[in-house]
Parts: sequence; C-alpha cells; structure tokens
Amino acid sequence: MNMTALSPSLPKSNLARSIGLILLILVASILLLAPLLTYPLYLIKILCFVLFAAAFNLVLGYAGLLSFGHAAFFGGGAYIAAHAAKVWNLPFELAILAGTAFATIVGFIFGAIAIRRHGIYFAMITLALAQMIYFLAVQMPFTGGEDGIQSVPRGYLLGIVDLENITAMYYTVLGGTALGLVIIWRTVNSPFGHTLSAIRENETRVTSLGLKPERYKLIAFTLSAALSGFAGSMKAIAFQLASLVDVTWHMSGEVILMTLLGGMGTLIGPIVGATVVVGLEHFLATSGLPITFIIGLFFIVCVMMFRRGVFGELKHFLQRRQA
Amino acid sequence: MTDFLGVPIPVLLGQLLLGLINGSFYALLSLGLAIIFGMLNVINFAHGAFYMLGGFVAWYLLSRLGLGYWWTLIATPLVVGLAGIGVERLLLKRLYRMDHLYSLLLTFGVALMLEGLFRHVFGSAGKPYPVPTLLSGGLNLGFMFLPMYRAWVIVVSLAICLITWLVIERTKLGGYLRAATENPSLVQAFGINVPLMLTLTYAFCVGLAGFAGALAAPLYQVSPGMGSSIIIVVFAVVVIGGMGSIGGAIVTALALGVIEGLTKTFYPAASSIAVFVVMVLVILIRPAGLFAREA
Repeated sequence: MNMTALSPSLPKSNLARSIGLILLILVASILLLAPLLTYPLYLIKILCFVLFAAAFNLVLGYAGLLSFGHAAFFGGGAYIAAHAAKVWNLPFELAILAGTAFATIVGFIFGAIAIRRHGIYFAMITLALAQMIYFLAVQMPFTGGEDGIQSVPRGYLLGIVDLENITAMYYTVLGGTALGLVIIWRTVNSPFGHTLSAIRENETRVTSLGLKPERYKLIAFTLSAALSGFAGSMKAIAFQLASLVDVTWHMSGEVILMTLLGGMGTLIGPIVGATVVVGLEHFLATSGLPITFIIGLFFIVCVMMFRRGVFGELKHFLQRRQA
Repeated sequence: MTDFLGVPIPVLLGQLLLGLINGSFYALLSLGLAIIFGMLNVINFAHGAFYMLGGFVAWYLLSRLGLGYWWTLIATPLVVGLAGIGVERLLLKRLYRMDHLYSLLLTFGVALMLEGLFRHVFGSAGKPYPVPTLLSGGLNLGFMFLPMYRAWVIVVSLAICLITWLVIERTKLGGYLRAATENPSLVQAFGINVPLMLTLTYAFCVGLAGFAGALAAPLYQVSPGMGSSIIIVVFAVVVIGGMGSIGGAIVTALALGVIEGLTKTFYPAASSIAVFVVMVLVILIRPAGLFAREA
C-alpha cells in the first residue's frame, strides 16, 4: 500500500511514491518487531479492530451507507467461530471460516433488506436488525448468556504451529489483517470500487448509466460484513472468548467512531482511528473515568470540529498545499 | 374460566394492557421523533437518552427535593426541554446544512455521553420510584384487575398524542410549523422566526420524551440503560410507520405495543424481537413504510 495509490486524484510524483514506500517498510518493520516491545494481546486487539474499521469503511466511506449494525457481523462471527472451535472441535482455520461464513450470510440478508431504504432509514434498519442478533445472543443456549463462550481453544495453525504461543498468534492475526486490508485495497481501486464511489456521489446518475446501484451496494455490504466477521472470529479465537460486548449497539457505534475519527473514505483513516480508539480505551480502562461518556464526547468533537477525520484533514492539508 | 387459543382470557387481557402501555411510550417517543424529523430533518438518536434523563430528573425531584408526583410530572419536561434547547442551540443548529448522517452521529454522541455520565454517577442498577397514592390501587372490571396507574398512563399518553396531533393539523401555529417543513425560507420571509421555531420544536419534543420518562418511572425502574433499550424499538416503529404522518406514527406505535404484548402471551421467547420481525416484513412488502409520504 503506498501513498499514491490512496489518492488517485493526485499526480503520482516520484517523491510521494518513494515516501510512501519508505513509510510502508517502516510500518511493516514496526509491526513485525512490535511483540518485543509491548503485550502481543493488546496488539492483536488493535489489529482486529483495524480490520473491522477498514471493513466498515468500505460501506460508509466508499458506498456512503451508514450501517448502525456492524456489531452483528463482528460479534456474531465471534460467537460462531468460538462455538466451532470449542464445541465442534474444528481446527483454527475452519473455525475462522465458519465465523466469516456466518457473517457473510447474515450480511447478505441484512443488506438485501436494508438497501430497500435510503439514508437515515438505512441506519435505523441496520440498527434494528443487529439488535435482533443481540437478543438472539442473549437468549440462545449455545451463547452462554452473560458469560459468553469462554476458554475457547486456539488450536494449531495449519496443524503445525501451536497458537497457544502468543507470539505465533500475533503473527497469524497480523497475516489475517494484512490479507483483509489487501482485499479492501484491491476492491476500492477496482472498477467496482470506483462505481461504489460514484453511487455515493450521485446514485441517480449511476442508474442512468445503466448500472444497478442496489447490486453494487449489496455486494459491498456483504463483503464488508464478511470481513467484519473475519475480524471478529480472529478476535474470539485469540482472546479465547466470545461475549455480548461484541454484539451490542455500542460496538456498532464504536466502529463508526473509529472510521469517523481516522477519516472515512480513506484507506489509512480507519487504521489510524482504530488504533487511537483502542489505545484510548486501554488507557481509560485503568483511569476510572467513564469510557462511554468520553467516547460520546469524541463523537461530538469529531462531528463538530473535524468531519474529515485525522487522516482526512492531513490529506486535505497536503492537497491544498500542493495546489 | 374461558380460554382463547389455550390462554386464559385474564392473562391475555393483562398482556394486552401491558402492550398498550408499552405502545403508549412508543407513541410519545415516535411522535417526537417524527416531528423533529419533519421540522429539523434530524433523526434524534438522543431521544431515548432524554427519556432516561426524564426518569432521573423525576426521581431526583421526588426523592431528593421532595417535590410531589404531580409537580414532578410538570417540572420534568421543562427541565429536559431546557437541556434540549442547549443541545439544539450549541450543537445541532450548526449541522442543519450538512448531510443528515452528521446530525444522527452527533445525537448518537449526545446519547452516549448522557448514558455514560448517568451510569458513572448512579451505577447500572435501577432506582425504585413509588406510585402516587392517588393512583395506587386498582379497579376490578369483573373480567380483569386494572391497576389505576396503568390506566392513567394510557389515558394521559393518548390525550397528549391527540392534543399534539390536533395542534399541528388544526391550529394556526401548526400551520406555520407545517409550512416551515415545506419551505423554511419562504416562511421566514413572511416574518416568522423560523430558527426560534426550530429550537422550540426540538425542546417540546425532547420535553415530551422527558415526560414519558417521568411517566414510566413508577412502572419500570429508573436506570441509565432505559433509554437505549427503548430507542431502538422506537426506531423500528418509525421505520414501519414512515415518518411522513404524525397520526401514522401514533397508530403504529400502539399497534406494535399490542403485537409485542400478544407475542409475550403466545410465544414469550420471541417477544423481544417481535417488533423487528414486523419491521422486516413491512420493508419487504411495502418498503416506504405503512403511512409514508416520502418518495
């Protein structure tokens, strides 16, 4: 991923390209060496939310659909992956696949229902649909109610690498997240991705060009749900826990904040946002301050002061200076 | 004792009554949401939080300041309405020209802040709230026992919904409001202070939510989570009814309360998702909502 690919509108100067390449190598080496510096489990959490936020950004930032129900895919995928690994004794890869498949199917169904309405109705419908998943998670016997599914076995990667080793788990999640981000990056830069952006800008015109916006939106929504489920599944296995926290509407709100804070419609934005929000919560958890209150405050500040997000504002500033 | 589909009639009627009560609260909230949406073009996510705020204000006035139930019922909407004026003037006002999504996200932030604050200060547990002596006890209707307070909740909510509907549809003030929904700049040109009208509309609807909270306090305990659990159902109600018509919002809210009550009687496990299932069916059959005027 280099800087020039992120902003196709910019002229691809050699300088920007090399800066991007250097940054990419820098970030990659930091990520590879990170377990030596801090708790791997904390890094795993960041990585899972990075993928979740990036997947969410695919619908909000590129297709212009505000989903208030992505927790259903993230948390739902987590439950299925945990159940698959613990009760069905499936190997690591298949457990993750089961969680992702569940999220894909639910995403397709929810998407097919919700895209029948536009704008804020879409947000309200996705919220209500996700709440159904929450109530199911509370009531169904296999989810363990308030306790969730605990002590999920991590298993072995490809039957060889023992994932009880936390460093091995970290590198596995790093690989999974990188794979997810590459899929998103490829999608956004494909003709499909450009059509999505066009739908966000002017749906009527896209229809008049003979394309079917509904179909594009549904595919994007399903892909986003699948990747969210993938992130949730990895989190459940790595943390050996699937719980109600991940399916609440607070979680749907949190991923919106990550995307908004980082900068929606940019590839780097959600990555920055997720890192900041997870870091903030990590810090707040021990401070005794009310987390929900501060998350709400961040929301208001983002909406009122910088709607482009941290990375979006930076990009805007650089573009203006170049012009 | 007679049965209906294997359910004793008094049990059925009891659940219907509970359904009507829930429906009354849905009606008070979805009415406010619909008016705010019509006038301000804002989906007020904080509506549930203001309902919760109403519950807490009523609890505080009653148990800490010793104000009587009836004064509390009058004072609570005023206090919550004032909070609404603050939110509208300081924050919402600046977003009217932006995409709807931003005001939705802003009010979501307000909801989180309020809920987080009350959870931090008061904890998650509910605060008990006594039923006023005048309305304690109940009526024996022969076929079932009707607690007075529940009857009062239904009557007063319906009365308020009806009055609001009449004011908007039948009075000159309502005419201004409806005109400002259609074309604010033209109404402004006729010398009507539209920004003030918007602020007061928001304050009134939010006050209505606060009133509902105070009304709900003796039935359900006052707790920080009470707002977020109701607002999602109310959103579903609004999706089902469509926000084009105020009468539609009221009717839908009551009907869904009753459907929820019936589900509780016949298939209790599904009662929490009944409203959402109805929503899905409505979207599939009539995507624009039952009473919609939107394109």
